[in-house]
Amino acid sequence: MAVAAELWGVAGLLAIAVGAIAAQRLSVGSRLVYLSCLLVSVAILVVACDTFLFGVGAPKRLVLPIGLPWIGAHFAIDSLAAFFLVVVNLGGATTSLFALGFGQHEEAPGRVLPFYAAFLASMNLVVIAADAFTFLFSWELMSLTSWALVMAHHHDPDNRAAGYVYILMASFGTLALLLAFGLLAGPAGAYAFTDMREAAHADWLPGLVLVLALLGAGSKAGVVPLHAWLPLAHPAAPSHVSALLSGVMTKVAVYGFVRIVFDLLGVPQWWWGMLVLVLGGITAVLGVLYALMQHDLKRLLAYHTVENIGIIFIGLGLALAFQANAMSWAAALALTAALFHVLNHSIFKSLLFFGSGAVLNTTGERDMEHLGGLIHRMPQTAFVFLVGCVAISALPPLNGFVSEWLTFQAILLSPDLPQWGLKFAVPAVGALLALSAALAATCFVKAFGVSFLGRPRSLAAERAHETDRWSLTAMFALAALCLIAGILPGLFIDALAPAVTVVVGAHMPVQGSLPWLSIVPIAESRSSYNGLLVFAFIAGSASLAAYVIHKVATGALRRAPPWDCGYPDLSPATQYTASSFAQPIRRVFGDVVFRARETVTMPLPGDPTPARLQVTLRDLVWDVLYVPIGSGVGFAADKLNYLQFLTVRRYLSFVFVALVALLLVVAIWP
Amino acid sequence: MAVILDLAVQGAQMLLVLALAPLLLGFTRKVKARLLNRQGPPVVQPYRDLKRLVRKEAVLAENASWLFRCAPYLIFAATWVAAALIPTFATGLYFSWSADLIAIAALLGLARFFLALAGLDVGTSFGGLGSSREMLFASLAEPAMIMIVFTVALVAGSTQLSDIAGFMLSHTGLRVSLGLALVALIIVAIAENARIPVDNPATHLELTMVHEAMVLEYSSRHLALIELAAALKLLVYMSLIACIFAPWGLAESGGAPTAYAIGAAAFLGKLLAGGFLLVVFETSIAKMRVFRVPEFLGAALMLGLLATLLLFVSRSF
Repeated sequence: MAVAAELWGVAGLLAIAVGAIAAQRLSVGSRLVYLSCLLVSVAILVVACDTFLFGVGAPKRLVLPIGLPWIGAHFAIDSLAAFFLVVVNLGGATTSLFALGFGQHEEAPGRVLPFYAAFLASMNLVVIAADAFTFLFSWELMSLTSWALVMAHHHDPDNRAAGYVYILMASFGTLALLLAFGLLAGPAGAYAFTDMREAAHADWLPGLVLVLALLGAGSKAGVVPLHAWLPLAHPAAPSHVSALLSGVMTKVAVYGFVRIVFDLLGVPQWWWGMLVLVLGGITAVLGVLYALMQHDLKRLLAYHTVENIGIIFIGLGLALAFQANAMSWAAALALTAALFHVLNHSIFKSLLFFGSGAVLNTTGERDMEHLGGLIHRMPQTAFVFLVGCVAISALPPLNGFVSEWLTFQAILLSPDLPQWGLKFAVPAVGALLALSAALAATCFVKAFGVSFLGRPRSLAAERAHETDRWSLTAMFALAALCLIAGILPGLFIDALAPAVTVVVGAHMPVQGSLPWLSIVPIAESRSSYNGLLVFAFIAGSASLAAYVIHKVATGALRRAPPWDCGYPDLSPATQYTASSFAQPIRRVFGDVVFRARETVTMPLPGDPTPARLQVTLRDLVWDVLYVPIGSGVGFAADKLNYLQFLTVRRYLSFVFVALVALLLVVAIWP
Repeated sequence: MAVILDLAVQGAQMLLVLALAPLLLGFTRKVKARLLNRQGPPVVQPYRDLKRLVRKEAVLAENASWLFRCAPYLIFAATWVAAALIPTFATGLYFSWSADLIAIAALLGLARFFLALAGLDVGTSFGGLGSSREMLFASLAEPAMIMIVFTVALVAGSTQLSDIAGFMLSHTGLRVSLGLALVALIIVAIAENARIPVDNPATHLELTMVHEAMVLEYSSRHLALIELAAALKLLVYMSLIACIFAPWGLAESGGAPTAYAIGAAAFLGKLLAGGFLLVVFETSIAKMRVFRVPEFLGAALMLGLLATLLLFVSRSF
């Protein structure tokens, strides 16, 4: 029933995609498309929530007679899939709501609308797919539709370059997944997930599949060093699509990883956890350090997606390590932390991209160095953006803190792991996680402070105005979710329990019945946290202080020019900019991570040319990994170019040689 | 009845920290002045300053936003909540389980987040300078703090401060990891409270100032709240160190009134001792350049990581 409803929803979205081709010419076309996407997404969301919250005893399955002959297309929804369906469609619904207002400003709706609906449909399909062919087909559909959306503003050469890098990386990722599923399916061709689970594999096979899954799903999610496309492609798309790419599509990639590694591969080995954990830690810190160096608001947010994917992978790695040592209760804690962060990140990242979209719309600027003072012109957008910033910086009482707190609690359980490698890796990863959380707070002080506070740095920022009501509704809904998930985390943890049980066979203790709705991951004598009380205390103390001061003392207020130590500067150009804010961090970390170099050119006395400060940052991952591969491919292509202009005789001789070589191989093969 | 008593004790703790915070500040200033052969202001001077500040008319920069006006209340509230959740004179307070040590550290992070934003709000260069440097220090101090939390939690088997204090009381004995954590915590506390050698609490109009640069645009009640929050933060770190490394005299929850009185007296004694040591340290050392501070804090981070690693290797370190 649920699967059929879900498939009808997907069919509806695909129908909208087809209809959108015609509707783009109408003046209300984009409204119509986004409204119908909103309705369908909400419908799927309701079904998914119902399945997720009120349980699926056995997973619900459905086989359609399409796809590969004799195999058909398998679809299934278990609790894990239901959870990700909730994430996907929550993102889809809020994005469509936002786009009802935001999409009006699209100059080429024909390049966005059909792909938008198809993109939503494909992400739903990935999550419900239950055989390798359907999964890969939907995955590739997701890649291609999102590529088309990245290329929506193709007049900008940067966007074209981003699209090129993206399609390359997406193809590489699909190739890795294809090989992973090929290995899992075995020579008999057991494509359905149910068959894969039951199949007995050779000893070496699961490890290889893990690496391939990490390459395939990790490249889509943005795990370092496969993240290179992400900060290029996500900001290139229209802002509401950026929210979908960052907030939702990366989560679908996480789903793919969890499905393959936790579900299909069976009992993990401890080094899997180690590999995923270390990659997650590096991803988290490098992501946030790159983000700190950005002054393009959307690119900064995209790099933060890399960071948050790192945090999620730290949780997944811990879960694998615990699972390998048969500590399923600890694995349940780590996995709950990871899945909760999946939900949280999809909420606040969508919110932040919406905010950046609203800013981009009214000012035409993504560069923070040209913004400033928007809190006066866009007070409501500023407020919700601030909520998103607090949430993503892992500060209480919002939701980002809860999932990071759970991850920390999982780390504190890991001294019981017997392997020495893990004993050394886990504390180091814990330090990396703590570092990334602190740096994220710095980064969002910068992002919010430079864009929304201070004085406007350009005419566009000065003339900005508040965004439309649809967009505001979507943003306020997400901000409310940030708060609810932050102050009532116990309910969310309980709701996640069935999904966690499907994956690791255990779940965290039931939280909902605890007094005051606090959360206690293991035992009260170990740790507990109560977001509701903390929120109430902060709100209560702040109101009490305000009341007492205004009542007992005075509430008088006078406006005056800024003081600034008696030397107020007249020009907004003297404010701290994004680059100057991050300069100390660049000096501390940049030397090692970015090979940052500063060159100061001072003119001689009497020379009227201005002095120049030039900062060069190198992306080491790009330099070490991608540039050599790129130049290698270029070199090979140059050499092989010679083969393009030969006579037919020579081509035939090539065919002959190839045939002989192949036959030789077959003859020699035992 | 028992609940009312518990709530009363919790309320007493909230009032106690609020009442003692300016006293601690006044005491350190007095001792510092005496060590420098000056007379110094009276110990109660901070109370007088606060009283004077809240009575004044607030002068707000023309382009200050609502965030600038709300931030002092939030900063004060977050710091106060953090202070109220640390066992000062008694463990197992009524709401002590509502946030553990990680959450307390994060609450202080929340206060700093808004302080740094407030520094950027008016758009003056001093404010930006202060915010940028404060966040640089925080980016290293916070992970160091988390590593210290890990160390203590692995030793005591809990991140709840009441349980940690109880464990420390019952299991005496020197441990390498706790020694490292103590040094790291002191470094973090000095940096977080903008004390010498990281920042100079007495400075104004200096290019090296950090905390003071952020709050330059504040006046009257807003400034009073921020000053009070800063005083509370000093008290938070002192009580944190006292609670983890010197938990003697802490009353158990539901104890006799005499136990509470002994606990309060012990707390006051610990604060005065801590304040005295802090001032002796401050007067015997020179301030660092800003870019030496990351190395100073990096040492704390490495000490914390080392202590955690040792505990991962063997719980007996």
